Amino acid sequence: MKITKSKPFKTFADPLGRNNPISIQSLGICSALAVTVQMKTAIVMGLSLTFVVAFSNLIISSMRNVIPRNIRMIVELSVIASLVILADEVLQAFFYDISKQLSVFVGLIITNCIVMGRAETFALGNPPGLSFLDGLGNGAGYGVILVTVAFIRELLGSGKLLGFQVIPQSFYNAGYENMGFMQLAPAAFIIIGLLVWLQKSITKE
Amino acid sequence: MENIISIFLNSVFVGNILLAYFLGMCSFVAVSRNMDTAIGLGFAVVFVLSVTAPVNWIVWRYLLAPGALAWAGLPSVDLSFLKLITFIAVVAALVQAVEMVIDRYTPALYSSLGVFLPLIAVNCAILGTSLFMVERNYTFMQTLAFGAGSGIGWMLAIVSMAAIRIKLRYADTPKGLEGFGITMIVSGLMAMGFMLFSGITL
Repeated sequence: MKITKSKPFKTFADPLGRNNPISIQSLGICSALAVTVQMKTAIVMGLSLTFVVAFSNLIISSMRNVIPRNIRMIVELSVIASLVILADEVLQAFFYDISKQLSVFVGLIITNCIVMGRAETFALGNPPGLSFLDGLGNGAGYGVILVTVAFIRELLGSGKLLGFQVIPQSFYNAGYENMGFMQLAPAAFIIIGLLVWLQKSITKE
Repeated sequence: MENIISIFLNSVFVGNILLAYFLGMCSFVAVSRNMDTAIGLGFAVVFVLSVTAPVNWIVWRYLLAPGALAWAGLPSVDLSFLKLITFIAVVAALVQAVEMVIDRYTPALYSSLGVFLPLIAVNCAILGTSLFMVERNYTFMQTLAFGAGSGIGWMLAIVSMAAIRIKLRYADTPKGLEGFGITMIVSGLMAMGFMLFSGITL
């Protein structure tokens, strides 16, 4: 059997493209757009979310046979909240500047529909290994969209990538100007709308 | 007083919790298909936000903030790392309590809001407002204005979105852009409209 056909691979790769949590299932947009002005914050946000989804899936899936059905929401929420606190504390300790820029959005991972959604629909019915992969895939799928949006916004908005100037000074001398609009909130909505359009036209045969 | 009015107006228009901070997007996209449900959810959010923001302010100020436990003789205790888990628990508990109170005293309102109340517990706008309130160091009155303003702003956005989507049904949207894609682009245009209020100061 080829590796691309195996179940673990599919579990991981599906959410990256064909079943992307943001652009196809339209989940987790809440926190997705606000952190995309710069690539740096988008990458950190993507990594934090991947960490939280992967481990919440792993933990919830390992406990799935002992969680009583009617209090599972509270159990899930407390697992997720503890993981988010962990991520938040690590960011504050080692990446203080970025954590200031992300402000409340790391905390809002708790209410991100992707985390809760994967716990409910996947982790409760699958073994820990697969659930962990599913979490990694969904986190990465979210990260990909985030970084793409941030790439466009940072490049067109300030002429930089990851904080380095990439559009040469000669362009500016020739009359090129940064699009201030890209730095503002509406740009994020429009870019994500266009990305969804692009992806749907590509994936639909 | 002027300061409070300006926080209120700012949270309704310029700093709209949905269009400027992208909070509460999930239910915004899912529920704005239908006018009645949009209005119902809008009222529920206004209501819950006006209650949870001040309550979380009290919890933060007297239990969690660095030095907040001074009244209990423990001035050096700092519980601020428990902020996230406490806030979400307070929100969930309050939503439950609000649901029971509404059910007991105004059954008519309950039957129209009923379905949406539990959903609100995991709406990012609710938790987000509480977190912003801490970050911006609001006083109690400012928090009250900010909570109510954010709720009204959110409702304004979802109701106008529902109205636009009704019109959109008759529009000839390109294939692939239908549904989520066009909703995003329309929200972008709406967000631009709301930004025009940013020149107004009181």
